[in-house]
Amino acid sequence: MLKTLSYDVVVIGGGPGGLAAAIAARERGAERVCIIERAEELGGILQQCIHNGFGLEVLGTDLPGPAYAQHFITRVYQAGVQTLLDTMVLEVTPQRVLYATNARDGILEIEAGAVVFSMGCRERTRGALAIPGTRPAGVYTAGTAQRLVNIEGYMPGRRFVILGSGDIGMIMARRLTLEGAQVERVLEIVPYLSGLKRNYVQCLQDFGIPLQLSHTVREIKGNKRVEAVVAVAVDERWQPIPGSEEVIPCDTLLLSVGLIPENELSRRLGIAMDPVTGGPIVDEGMGTSLSGFFAAGNVVHVYDLVDWVTMAGEVAGRSAAAYALGMAPASVYRLRVVAGDNVRYVVPHLFHPESLAQGPQQLQLRVREPIEEKVQVILEADGVEIWRKTERYVRPGEMVTVKLMPDLYDRLKPASTLTVSVRKPR
Amino acid sequence: MDDPYDVIIVGGGVVGCFIARALSRYRVRVLLLERESDVCSGTSKANTAIVHAGYDAKPGTLKAALNVAGNRMYDQVCAELDVPFHRCGTYVVALTEEDLYTLDDLYHRGMQNGVSGMRIISGEEMRRVEPLVNPDARGALYAPTGGIVDPFLLTIAAAENAVLNGVHLRLETEVTDLIRQNGRIVGVSTNRGQIFGRFVINAAGLHADQLMAKAGVHGFTITPRKGEYYVFDREKSRVRTVLFPCPTPISKGILVTPTTHGNTLIGPNAVDIRDKEDVTVTPEGLEEVFAGAQRLVPTLERRDVIAVFAGLRASGSTGDFLIEAPAQAPGLINVAGIESPGLTAAPAIAEFVLDLLRECGLALLEKANYNPIRRSPPRFSELSHREKAALIAQDARYGRIVCRCETVTEGEIVAAIHAPVPARTYDALKRRTRLGAGRCQGGFDTPRVIHILARELGLPPTAITKKGPGSEFVVRKTKEWDGNEKV
Ligand SMILES: Cc1cc2nc3c(=O)[nH]c(=O)nc-3n(C[C@H](O)[C@H](O)[C@H](O)COP(=O)(O)OP(=O)(O)OC[C@H]3O[C@@H](n4cnc5c(N)ncnc54)[C@H](O)[C@@H]3O)c2cc1C
Ligand SMILES: Cc1cc2nc3c(=O)[nH]c(=O)nc-3n(C[C@H](O)[C@H](O)[C@H](O)COP(=O)(O)OP(=O)(O)OC[C@H]3O[C@@H](n4cnc5c(N)ncnc54)[C@H](O)[C@@H]3O)c2cc1C
Repeated sequence: MLKTLSYDVVVIGGGPGGLAAAIAARERGAERVCIIERAEELGGILQQCIHNGFGLEVLGTDLPGPAYAQHFITRVYQAGVQTLLDTMVLEVTPQRVLYATNARDGILEIEAGAVVFSMGCRERTRGALAIPGTRPAGVYTAGTAQRLVNIEGYMPGRRFVILGSGDIGMIMARRLTLEGAQVERVLEIVPYLSGLKRNYVQCLQDFGIPLQLSHTVREIKGNKRVEAVVAVAVDERWQPIPGSEEVIPCDTLLLSVGLIPENELSRRLGIAMDPVTGGPIVDEGMGTSLSGFFAAGNVVHVYDLVDWVTMAGEVAGRSAAAYALGMAPASVYRLRVVAGDNVRYVVPHLFHPESLAQGPQQLQLRVREPIEEKVQVILEADGVEIWRKTERYVRPGEMVTVKLMPDLYDRLKPASTLTVSVRKPR
Repeated sequence: MDDPYDVIIVGGGVVGCFIARALSRYRVRVLLLERESDVCSGTSKANTAIVHAGYDAKPGTLKAALNVAGNRMYDQVCAELDVPFHRCGTYVVALTEEDLYTLDDLYHRGMQNGVSGMRIISGEEMRRVEPLVNPDARGALYAPTGGIVDPFLLTIAAAENAVLNGVHLRLETEVTDLIRQNGRIVGVSTNRGQIFGRFVINAAGLHADQLMAKAGVHGFTITPRKGEYYVFDREKSRVRTVLFPCPTPISKGILVTPTTHGNTLIGPNAVDIRDKEDVTVTPEGLEEVFAGAQRLVPTLERRDVIAVFAGLRASGSTGDFLIEAPAQAPGLINVAGIESPGLTAAPAIAEFVLDLLRECGLALLEKANYNPIRRSPPRFSELSHREKAALIAQDARYGRIVCRCETVTEGEIVAAIHAPVPARTYDALKRRTRLGAGRCQGGFDTPRVIHILARELGLPPTAITKKGPGSEFVVRKTKEWDGNEKV
C-alpha cells in the first residue's frame, strides 16, 4: 500500500544547502538524486528574503534571496535532480529508509544510498525566552512576520517593537517601515549587535530606527492583542536594572532572538550533536556520526551568509555521492577541532588531515565577544602554534573563516587536537 | 417569548460541559452559554491536568467526596469520550525527616476519604521509579489511582458529546444579569438578548460569585489564586512520573509532571490576586516555580522550556466547593468555588447537580437515543504508516503537514473547524489538534492556519483571531496603507 522509491542520494530540504548538495551529488556521479521539500516550491527560507545581500561570495553578484535561489533551482533541474515537493519527511531509519508524506502519494517509503540533512533552522520563540506578561495576539518571530508580509501579503501589525538585533529582525524593521508601519525601536540584551553590521547601517540607521543595547522586554501587556511592552535596561549579568522600566505602546512585538538548527530527524537517529551549535557533529566532508548521513547548511550551525551554506552543501553532496557509490575514502587519522580562547564553536568538529590532498579545507567559527581592533586567529596542533592570521575585527554576528592549506598536512597528521583561538596581539 | 429551556448552564468550563453532558441523557431542553469564542477558555484550560487520588482534601468536605467519586468515574468517562487519560499513579515525595510525617498524615487522610491502594515507599524505590528525582528523596506516598488527563480534550469532548445529544451551545454569549419573575429566577440577560429557562446553573468559574450576587445571594466570594507554569520540550527534560512535594496549607505545592502528550510541566505556585482576568506570568512567579521544581528534579534546564502560562484557581471563601440551590433564589443552582480538584471532580459534580435539580422538581426522564460515545477525529501523528496511507487515500488533506513540530495535518484542522463544537480561532485549534503547541510555538504554522481558517469560515484573513474578537493576527494587506499607525 505504501509507494516505494529508491535513490542514490536523498536530500532532505530544498533550501540553498540542499540545492547545492543535490547538484554536487549529481556532478560527483550519483545517478539518482532526489530533493524532498516540505514547501510547495524549492528555495527554502530564501523565498521570503526579498531583500538583496545574497551571492557576493559564490556568484560574484549581489542578488535578492529568490533570485539567488532561482539560480540554483535552474541548475538542479538542468542536472536531472528529481524533486518531491509539498512532501514532508516524517521519519528516517538508521538503514536509510525514509518515510515521507504528501497529499498525492500518501506515505512514501524511500530507500537512500546516502542521506543529506538540510532542513535549515527554526526561530527561538517567546516561550523559550519565558517573557513574562500576558499571552495576546501580536507576538511574532521575525521570520513568521517576514512570511506574512512577503509571501502572504498581510501586515501583522501597525506599531512594532523588535526584540533582538538579529539579521531577520533588522531586515524586517526596514521592510515594515517601507510598508508604512511604525517601528518604535530595536532592543538588544547584550551590549553589542547580534546580526551583521551592514544590516544595522542599511536597515536601522538609514531609517532612523533606534537601537538600544543592553535592553530587553520585561513584560508584555494586553489581553487580546499586544497593547504595550515594558522595556528595561540590564546589567552585565542580564539582570534588569530597577527603575529603568519604560512602557512602550505598540501592537506587535517581533522576536529576532536566535535561530535553532532543526534536527528532530537527526536527533531521533541518535546522531551525535554539538550542544553549542544545536547541530550534528560533522567532519570536513560534512559527514555525521552515523555512516551514510551527511548534513549541510543551517541544520549544522546557523550561518550568517547564504554563500557559505551553498559551499557547505556542495561538500556534503560530494561526500554523500561518494558514499553512495562506494567511493568514500577510507580515513585513518582524524583530529578533534577544539574551540579555544574567545571561540564559541568551530565547524567542522572533526578533521581528517588526508582531506588536504584534495585541496584547501575550511574551518568556520564564531567568537564569543566582539573585539573591535586587530586580532589574531591562531591554530595550535596539540598545543603548538602552527598558523596564524590577522583579522581587522571579530564580532559574534559575523562568522570567521579559516582556510587550511595543504602545506599544513605534515603538522596536522601526527596531532590529535587542533585548537582555534582568537586573541589580541601581545 | 421563545420556547423556554429547561436548563440554562452559564459557563463552558469542564464543570459546565460535564453538567451539559449529564443532562443530555434526559429529555430536557438544555442551553450551554459561554462568553468566550470556545469552550474550555477559563480555568479549565490552564491547570496541572492531574486526576487527583483524593488524599488532599479535608475529610467530610464536598471536595473530598467529589474528588474520590470523580476519580472513580474517569476510566469510563475517558473511554466513552475518547480522551487521553493515563492512570499512572502519583507520588508525594518527602525530602526531609519532617516530610515523612506529612506523608503519614496524607496517608491517613486518604484512608478516611476512601482512597484505595495507597502505599508509602522508600526513597530507594522512588528513585527506581523515577531516576530523575532528587537523590535526597527519603520516601514517597504512592497513590495508584492518581492520573493525568488532557483537560482541553476532556472539556471539549464532553461539550461535543452533549451537543450531539441535543444540547444547544452558544459561544461569545455573556450572561450580564439574571431575570427574576415572581421571586423565581426564570432566565438570563446576555449580550445577545434575553433567554428564558426553568433553571439556571451558575458554573461561571471565577465569576460565579458575581452572578450569585446578581441573584441576591451574598456572602460567598471568590478570590483568584494564580498559579504559574513552565512547559518543556518533549525531547528533553522528560520525567516519567507525577511528582508532588509535600503540600503547604494553601496549595499542593510546585510539582513536576508529564502531560498526556509527553511534555514535562512544572508548577504551579499560589498567589492571591485581585483581578480575575490577570493571567500574566510574572518574573517572581517564574523564579519561584523553577526553584520549587528543581527541588524535586534538580536536572531541569531552562533552555528546554518551550512555553510559560498561568491559570487562576476560583478559591471560594468557605474553602470548600459550594454546590447549592439557594433558598433566596429559586430556579438558580450555584456551582461555585470549584478550585482544585475541580477537574477531577467534574464528572461527579455533574451527577451531584442532577440530584439537586431532581430535588428542585425537574423531571429527568431518559432519552431513547442517548449516545454516550464520542469518537475523536483521526490524529495523524498517532497512526501507523499504513493507517496514515489509508487516511490520505480517503482525504488527501491528511497528507499535508501544517504544524511540523507536532505533525498536524490540514485534514485534522479542517475536521476541527467543522466539528460539533467548532474551532473558529487559532487557540481553539491548538487545544484540539496540538497545532503550535510544540517547540516552534506556531512560528511555522501560523500563516498557513490563518489561510485555512479564512478559507473554511469564508472570512478575510484580517478577521481571523487567536482567541476571539480583538485578537486578530493581521491588520491589513500590504500596499494598502491607511495612515492608522500613529496613536
Ligand atoms: C530571514 C532571513 C534573512 C536572511 N538574510 C540573509 C542575507 O541578507 N544575506 C545572506 O547571505 N544570508 C541571509 N540569510 C541566511 C541564509 O538565507 C540562510 O543561511 C540559508 O537560507 C540557509 O539555507 P538552508 O538550506 O540551510 O536552510 P533553509 O533555507 O531554511 O532551507 C531548509 C529547507 O528544508 C525544508 N525542510 C525542513 N525539514 C523538512 C522535512 N522534514 N521534510 C522536507 N523538507 C524539510 C524546509 O521547508 C526548507 O525549505 C538569511 C536568513 C534568514 C532566515
Ligand atoms: C493552577 C491550577 C491548577 C489546577 N490543577 C488541577 C489539577 O491538577 N487537578 C484538578 O482536578 N483540578 C485542578 N485545578 C482546578 C480545575 O482546573 C478547576 O477546578 C476547573 O477547571 C474549574 O472548572 P470550571 O468549569 O468551574 O471553571 P472554568 O473553566 O473557569 O469555566 C468557567 C467558564 O465560565 C465562563 N463564564 C464566566 N462568566 C460568564 C458569564 N457571565 N457568561 C458566560 N460565560 C461565563 C468563562 O469564560 C469560563 O469559560 C487547578 C486549577 C488551577 C488554577
